[in-house]
Amino acid sequence: MRTNFLMLHTITRIVSFIVISFSVYLFFAGHNAPGGGFIGGLMMAGALILLYVSFDLATIKKVLPFDYTFVIGLGLLIAILTGLNSMIFGDAFLTQYFDYYQIPFIGEVELTTALPFDLGIYLVVIAITLLIILTIAEDVS
Amino acid sequence: MSTLHFVALAPFIMAVLIPVFYFKFRKIHTGWFVLPLPLVLFLYLLTYIPAGGDPMNPVLNSVPWVPSLGIDFTVYLDGLSLLFSLLITGIGTLVVLYSIYYIANKNGEPLHNFYVYLLMFMGAMLGVVLSDNLIVLYVFWELTSLASSLLIAYWFHKEKSRYGALKSMLITVTGGFSMLAGFSFLYVLTGSFSIQEIIAAAGTISGEPLFITAMLLILVGAFTKSAQFPFHIWLPDAMEAPTPVSAYLHSATMVKAGLYLVARMTPVFGMLTEWFWILVIFGLTTLLWGSISAVRQTDLKGLLAFSTISQLGLIMSLLGMSSAAMHYGAAGSEALYTTAALAAVFHLINHATFKGSLFMVVGIIDHETGTRDIRKLGGLMTIMPVTFTVSLIGLASMAGLPPFNGFLSKEMFFTASLNVASMDILNLETLGFFIPVAAWTASVFTFLYCMIMFVRTFTGKFKPDNYEKHVHEAPAGLLVSPIILGGLVILFGMFPNLLAYTIIEPTMQSILPGLLNGGEQFYVNIYHWHGINAEIMMTIGVVFAGAAITLNLKKWQQTFFFNRERDPLNAVYDSMLDNLVTGSQIVTRAQMTGRLRDYMVYMSVFISALGLWTFFRYDSFAVDIGAQTPVPVYMYIITAVLLISTLALPFVTHRITNIVLIGVVGFIIALLFVIFRAPDLALTQLLVETVVVVLFLLVYRHLPEIKKESVKGWSHAVNAIVAASVGIFVILAGLSVHAMRTASDITPISDFFIENSYTLAGGKNMVNVILVDFRGLDTLLEVLVLGIAALGVVTLVKHRMKGDEDV
Repeated sequence: MRTNFLMLHTITRIVSFIVISFSVYLFFAGHNAPGGGFIGGLMMAGALILLYVSFDLATIKKVLPFDYTFVIGLGLLIAILTGLNSMIFGDAFLTQYFDYYQIPFIGEVELTTALPFDLGIYLVVIAITLLIILTIAEDVS
Repeated sequence: MSTLHFVALAPFIMAVLIPVFYFKFRKIHTGWFVLPLPLVLFLYLLTYIPAGGDPMNPVLNSVPWVPSLGIDFTVYLDGLSLLFSLLITGIGTLVVLYSIYYIANKNGEPLHNFYVYLLMFMGAMLGVVLSDNLIVLYVFWELTSLASSLLIAYWFHKEKSRYGALKSMLITVTGGFSMLAGFSFLYVLTGSFSIQEIIAAAGTISGEPLFITAMLLILVGAFTKSAQFPFHIWLPDAMEAPTPVSAYLHSATMVKAGLYLVARMTPVFGMLTEWFWILVIFGLTTLLWGSISAVRQTDLKGLLAFSTISQLGLIMSLLGMSSAAMHYGAAGSEALYTTAALAAVFHLINHATFKGSLFMVVGIIDHETGTRDIRKLGGLMTIMPVTFTVSLIGLASMAGLPPFNGFLSKEMFFTASLNVASMDILNLETLGFFIPVAAWTASVFTFLYCMIMFVRTFTGKFKPDNYEKHVHEAPAGLLVSPIILGGLVILFGMFPNLLAYTIIEPTMQSILPGLLNGGEQFYVNIYHWHGINAEIMMTIGVVFAGAAITLNLKKWQQTFFFNRERDPLNAVYDSMLDNLVTGSQIVTRAQMTGRLRDYMVYMSVFISALGLWTFFRYDSFAVDIGAQTPVPVYMYIITAVLLISTLALPFVTHRITNIVLIGVVGFIIALLFVIFRAPDLALTQLLVETVVVVLFLLVYRHLPEIKKESVKGWSHAVNAIVAASVGIFVILAGLSVHAMRTASDITPISDFFIENSYTLAGGKNMVNVILVDFRGLDTLLEVLVLGIAALGVVTLVKHRMKGDEDV
């Protein structure tokens, strides 16, 4: 008999998006409120793991066709490039800049170079968590 | 930033572009794109040659790199640097041209690898000879070792190539480390990494005890690089490299880096008696050892390798002898004392020309006949007439026969050795006699191996059955470079004074700068006929002795001495390498038991020992139970739950209960973070706990049943002590932190972050600001470590070892 996980699937579909949205919020909120790349990344990983657990590996692989090893490299590269950016201006590696800008309809917004750096961290954390868990999960020996 | 900086960096820039050329223009040999670069650099460097016999004005240009550590990318171009730069770019051009015909662009030959390594070497070598800063020099120096090793292993599918690459890497890099230590000592003594400043300060620091140590360490670096006895064993094995590489790195340029360093350091250390004797003794030993080993080689490249070793020893001993002039002060600038320096420089140039052409010729023979074994070769004189002519010129020059340039510098070598032997300083009156004796003996062997190469390759009967392919003369492209070098051998032999005031004299000024007043020049005049004197008699003796042995070669080859082709010192290297491997295996096995418990013991012992030592060393232990805040009731409850679940852990025998208990501990800690107002930490902890639950679910089926392990009694005691000491250390640390946080002389680092996180980094969340801004590098390295760990998990799981496989 084929088991039907209707309840689980329906709830997962909704919950995972809430968690993903919250993760994105945490990532952006990080500079001034609790959150940041590390926490946001973990939460995103948690949401994706929920998807993997409630559906099956093959289905989600189709939906999220990422090579997580590549994402680790990408994240590290982003983080390192933000660091190198400051060296162009003659400052030490990983010096971060910030300033406040007036953007129409949104108002005053603070833009920092720490954000892309944090994006790198965010990607690396997601990719690492999923890479480890999926590698162990796919191991069939 | 001057053009000279660009000269050293241009090959690196070119190297970046090579893959583009290789993949975009697959039909065109990549070498054609490389060729213009060394040529242009060579022509540019030629413009620095002093015109009309004027003294050369050194060029100095500095670009700050790490000014706080005294490391600047300073280029310094004087006679010595110019000579080497011209050799590197000049021979480089010919070698690249030669390699285009030598390594065919077919069968997916990885030409881009070859030229990237070659350009990397060229740039690094130019960097070595152009930089005035010792640290920059060191960086480039190690890069040459790296490039050399990569080039030796270019045909890495061959076992011998990998062996040779590893050997050259281990020996030259070890020497490089030693040299770095020597440089550091010089920095300690003088406070500068600049060679020119160190030379200026040499007089005041020569009495320091570290001075001799620095000299010895630097000499180890120079000797390993220049293949001096007993470090020479890597050079014969480096012959596995493609022949253009052997001609370029392992005879003309890289192995001369050690000579360069010794010449460069002569003004610093030249006044030391030890300097003179070490250089002369090691140089002459290498000269003898190399020439004697060369005569028993059956591989032509092996023969040339030992010949190179021997010639490097010759130049090394000449550099040692030239330092004797410094003991005579201003009088040392007379020709009697400076012949050694003159001979060293002149022979360095000559060796590059004749040995470069000989290597290329051997490459041609290898390329056209398919073998380099002199037992198979023979009778090539008529079949390859051009190759034969070029090698005849090269061999005659190497053997020291007139009218070629090798004769001139060999004569000067004899003159220098006789001059030095008659000096009355440095104990030379008692020990000096052996210098000309060694020089003469080695020259006999040099003559002998030249004759062997000549006789066994070109004379005798041609046996077509010995070769796998049809033997014929090489294509014109392959012949151009050796012909040019052979032409230079004749040119410098006929008109040696072309070099006298253009390049030799400026180089001598760099080696012996203290002997001349401003504007003065050394007297350089090179000519063939000096009349009937001791030197010409020595040369005639060499020819007769060598010829006598050559005529009876058949008899000599029966002896045991001739049948030991491999250098006996290799046994030392091999056994050292074996012992290194077995030793590391023993250490690793003892340490890596594969039991998590043992690893925990190592870490716990280290942490608690370090902590307790800190308490005593810095007297940082204090207990202050005053100033406590009242503890609310719910805290007691939370703590009690935490304690109970922790204490219960060792007694639980079921895995699931175990996991649940650990989960409880984790979530209570998250709760504590919330209570103590650390929302970031609480969030992280909660998320980590959640992810860990999934992990546990996954690995659950791999985990074994919890069994009571049978352990020995003393093991229990050790575990108890370790566990207790960690616990005690943590408690004591907590108490001390509490007691000392109000101490007036301690400012917590958190104050800085509280004050500055908004003003300096524009963030209100201090934790995040610390993570991404103030301590961004920490975070970057942490995620890097995490990434490595993740890749480690992938490796462990996907490439798991089966059965009793061992690494």
